[in-house]
Amino acid sequence: MIEGINIYEILTLTSILFFIGTYGFFTRENLITVLMSIELILNASAVNFVVINTYLYPDFLQGAVFSIFIIALAAAETALAIAIIINLYKLVYSVEVKDTETMKY
Amino acid sequence: MEAILFYILAAIIVIFAIASVTSRKILRAVIYLLFVLIGISGLYFLINYNLLAAIQLTVYGGGVIVLFIFAVLLVHHVELELEKTPLKKKIIAGLLSIVGLAVTLWAIFTYPFQTVNNYTSIEVADIGRKLLSYGDGGYILPFEVISVLLVAVMIGAIIVAKGKKLKE
Repeated sequence: MIEGINIYEILTLTSILFFIGTYGFFTRENLITVLMSIELILNASAVNFVVINTYLYPDFLQGAVFSIFIIALAAAETALAIAIIINLYKLVYSVEVKDTETMKY
Repeated sequence: MEAILFYILAAIIVIFAIASVTSRKILRAVIYLLFVLIGISGLYFLINYNLLAAIQLTVYGGGVIVLFIFAVLLVHHVELELEKTPLKKKIIAGLLSIVGLAVTLWAIFTYPFQTVNNYTSIEVADIGRKLLSYGDGGYILPFEVISVLLVAVMIGAIIVAKGKKLKE
């Protein structure tokens, strides 16, 4: 835990980060920037896991372990999503959300 | 001292996160995202969880950001500016986000958290033992599942990125 900072302040920071991520997810129209917003959301939730673990249950390690799993999953998801985006660019020469209709058929 | 550091880190994280989702130059947005991720790594250092801070720096700062930069350089011109989002969409998204933030903060501040006051740091050795133990509360199964998933994603990413051109 951090000296002089209570849990409410850190949870406020992570909530703000989470909703900045959702704002980006709603407004962005480019696939790469949408993916970046998802990274922000995942990071905010990973910080939440660690903070709740250290402030409320310091004798257990569940949150600490699961934050590692979250980071591994986020890295895997990013690698696969960027592969799909590059493949999509080869197909339709664009990575805008409104142009991605090819995979529907 | 640590409180001041926390506020500086919080300011860096929030400012660069907003810059990252609103910037119209895509390469700059990626670099702002890098600053956000480094700030979060500093947060982990402050909480005394050094292993995860190092993982955050290497996986995100080293891996994911480089992937993003390569993707941007492959599919965009560096000087390209993104399309302007319509103002109506921005207002609706901002309102939705603010309402969600308000609900979340209300839920957080009305819940009485029972904070424990003994000062502990998370040791790397404990995490390692926990990840590899198959006894009570061990995490060997998710650990193995994650490793299988990473192999599957690696092969899948290679195959997907190689894909053929669509026949006209």
